Amino acid sequence: MSRTHVRCRINGDDAEFLCDAGDALLDALRDEMGLMGAKEGCGTGDCGACSILMDGRLQCSCLVFAPEAEGSSIVTVEGIADGDRLHPLQQCFLEGAALQCGVCTPGFLVAAKALLDRNPDPTETEVRYALAGNLCRCTGYDKIVRSVLAAAAVMQQGKEEAAR
Amino acid sequence: MTITDQRPGYRYVGTRPVRHDGLDKVVGKARYAADLVLPGMLYGHILRSPHAHARIVAIDTAAAEAMPGVRAVITGADFPELPADDPERNTTRNLMARDKVLYEGHAIAAVAATSQRAAKAAAKAIAVTYEVLPHTLDIREAMAPGAPLLHDDVFTTGLDSEPSEPSNVANRTCYERGDIEQGFADAAVVVEGEFVTKAVHQGYIEPHACVADTGQDGKTVIWCSSQGHFRVRSQTAAMLGWDTARIKVIPAEIGGGFGGKTTIYLEPLAVALSARAGRPVKLVMSREEVFRATGPTPGSVIRLKLGAADDGKITAAKAWMAYESGAFPGPWAMLGCMCVISPYNVENFLIEGYEVVVNKPVNVAYRAPSAPMAAFAADTLVDEIARRLDMDPIELRLLNCPSAGDQAPYGPKWPRIGLRECLEAVRDSDHYRSEPAPGHGRGVASGFWFNIGEASSATVNLNENGTATVVTGSPDIGGSRASMALMAAEELGIDVYDIQPVVGDTEVVGFTDVTEGSRATFATGMAVVEACRDLKRQLCGRAAVMWDCDSDEVAWSDGQATHRAGEHEPLALAAITAEAGRTGGPLGATASLNARGAGPAFSVQVTDVSVDEETGRVTVERYTTAQDAGTAIHPDYVEGQMQGGVAQGIGWALNEEYIHDADGVMENPGFLDYRIPVASDLPMIETIIVEVPNPNHPYGVRGVGEVGIVPPIPALANAVYDATGARIRELPLSPPRVLAAITARNGDGG
Repeated sequence: MSRTHVRCRINGDDAEFLCDAGDALLDALRDEMGLMGAKEGCGTGDCGACSILMDGRLQCSCLVFAPEAEGSSIVTVEGIADGDRLHPLQQCFLEGAALQCGVCTPGFLVAAKALLDRNPDPTETEVRYALAGNLCRCTGYDKIVRSVLAAAAVMQQGKEEAAR
Repeated sequence: MTITDQRPGYRYVGTRPVRHDGLDKVVGKARYAADLVLPGMLYGHILRSPHAHARIVAIDTAAAEAMPGVRAVITGADFPELPADDPERNTTRNLMARDKVLYEGHAIAAVAATSQRAAKAAAKAIAVTYEVLPHTLDIREAMAPGAPLLHDDVFTTGLDSEPSEPSNVANRTCYERGDIEQGFADAAVVVEGEFVTKAVHQGYIEPHACVADTGQDGKTVIWCSSQGHFRVRSQTAAMLGWDTARIKVIPAEIGGGFGGKTTIYLEPLAVALSARAGRPVKLVMSREEVFRATGPTPGSVIRLKLGAADDGKITAAKAWMAYESGAFPGPWAMLGCMCVISPYNVENFLIEGYEVVVNKPVNVAYRAPSAPMAAFAADTLVDEIARRLDMDPIELRLLNCPSAGDQAPYGPKWPRIGLRECLEAVRDSDHYRSEPAPGHGRGVASGFWFNIGEASSATVNLNENGTATVVTGSPDIGGSRASMALMAAEELGIDVYDIQPVVGDTEVVGFTDVTEGSRATFATGMAVVEACRDLKRQLCGRAAVMWDCDSDEVAWSDGQATHRAGEHEPLALAAITAEAGRTGGPLGATASLNARGAGPAFSVQVTDVSVDEETGRVTVERYTTAQDAGTAIHPDYVEGQMQGGVAQGIGWALNEEYIHDADGVMENPGFLDYRIPVASDLPMIETIIVEVPNPNHPYGVRGVGEVGIVPPIPALANAVYDATGARIRELPLSPPRVLAAITARNGDGG
């Protein structure tokens, strides 16, 4: 069986990989591209540990066929930081102790980024519903929700300072 | 909020530094077992039983072995049978079925092939002939005469007379004191009930995974996700019949465990496949396999009767407690017996426990194992007593609260414990002092867990620039590395970020028991402190060489060597390590110990709920938990443990359960149908850290990992009663069950 050649952008770089038609994008990212940040917690779209942004949209990469990535622009947890500067979400997750085992963390960061990209000033309830597709079994979500709210505040402050 | 009994001022202990392993986890660099790829690596797949109970008549692997890409196929016949008295006999029979499969999902055979797809296809091509046997899934049914028998060599132990017939009841445990007849005769109020809970899963987000690489010299390296890599080594060696020295286990980052990764499932299979193929083999479970083949915590049936005098003093308790153990016996009923009335001083009691095997995956520890079901019974009935006597539920608990010197129901005298302080902390909290919102119900409950010590090792090496590396054998499941660094910083007097905490593999650090029983920060922390204290003695000796004086003229304080008589300027740690080559060589110390004196843990919680009377849906509106941490080394991660335990307890109380069809096949083996709480299901979980230091630990640590999961079930059940007037004694408190209870209440005339 010949493999499909896929060209796309991943974390700002041109990328290409080979895959079978039935492969999940998650497996292509991990096995072909070596991007191990996205995790497989369920393989059925229920846990969100494999969350990525595809053309700006939050997706479970386990539910996307790898060939569907053709021509798209993908962001994984590895692409959230700006070089050596952490994204405010990453910094706030660290300072807010929003992770314990850390295996769900990449998915939460991507999902939270998707939220803040479209709603820079969410309420606690909005954060909780935006993250309801991501399972964490360690934290009870308290510190995750607080850290997302803290990151939103940091980013708002940054914007206000830039505007001045 | 933190309520502290008494403690010295610390510089690092009790602060909240960003954890040392945090950065890797927020940028996607942290390596979990499934992330490892080795050159030439094969992929494994396990064939599992579709039947709940069946005799294996024949296994034919010929077709599978002939398939393209297949490099190895193994079955139970490839592992030695262990003698009946071997402690790992049941582990090996669980990892690979022998004559019978005992639950749906029981492993039958495994394949290694050049791709996951090829391995899966080959496993499917293995032909197994089964003789399907009747199965049993329900405790009461499994205990009844004539029930399908799982094992013909299990005879009930702990009975008055030796049984002549095998049974699904593996043992009877009994704890007895005083005169319960008199105790109930003295009671003004007697309450009783039968409480039923279902099997639930730990639900860690990372499925089990490992990579094994066995060389042609017979030595093997295992990378795995585990709560204890030394146990992985010993269990793997036992199952293969190997010397442990042939096996090296490297702990990967672990993606949650909660007790579920205290035993093994994959490693010996991966090693055997790798040995056969001569190449590394990776085995990763699917989520479905995690549910079907790994450790749920037991379902239970508990009948409890409590009597209390009219002043609220509990006068007698009688308990009958049956716990499932899955396919092989465990200690679960015994643990339940030991916990059930432990938050109360009761002079007269009879507590009986029955351990019952059923055709489900072998039960494994889940955070304070067996205690939550016991608390469901006890703290529901205590709530009923409070209502019958028109007493405040916390005042009633304070009246019956044990303290140091009282005898625990399971035998020993209580050391200094913090239950009273936790009760008072909740009583005095903003939450408890406020009225519940209109329509909301409020529930209170308490919980106990033992905590344990066990064996731990640590090595602390000082680097030439005055920094330190702390190597321990405890897998870090929720931030314990940061706690190790904080204790080392406090001892050595150097900055917490000048310490690199590392979890070492089985060849670089001394034997260390599993991260379980809330023990890592307590026991492994003790080893770290002991190694640091050894180092301080060495540092004083080195300063004496540098000063050309006697070492007893030197003392260590605040991160530097000081000359007692003040004849020399103090020497900072870095000044001594810089000269180490001239004063005696590298500075390092190792401590290995059996930690004794673990501090019993208590938690008291209050919650407010609303109940939709049309759908039966329970919404947790507010939650506050107080827990005695002894000393919170890193308060962020103490709070995290408290909140995580509560969230799991909420899921268990309201929604989680194993559901089987008539053939004993699990119907909800995925996160869609086995629904654990998500962010929108929960409120913020307010924490009150109570600090009643454990006198047996250098910093007063008790261990905080587990007890938080104990009170939520009765707290929520009591709150649902408060909101609706419906007493529900069976879990989960899911909408259909709550709705049925509300309907029944209405039918009874409310």
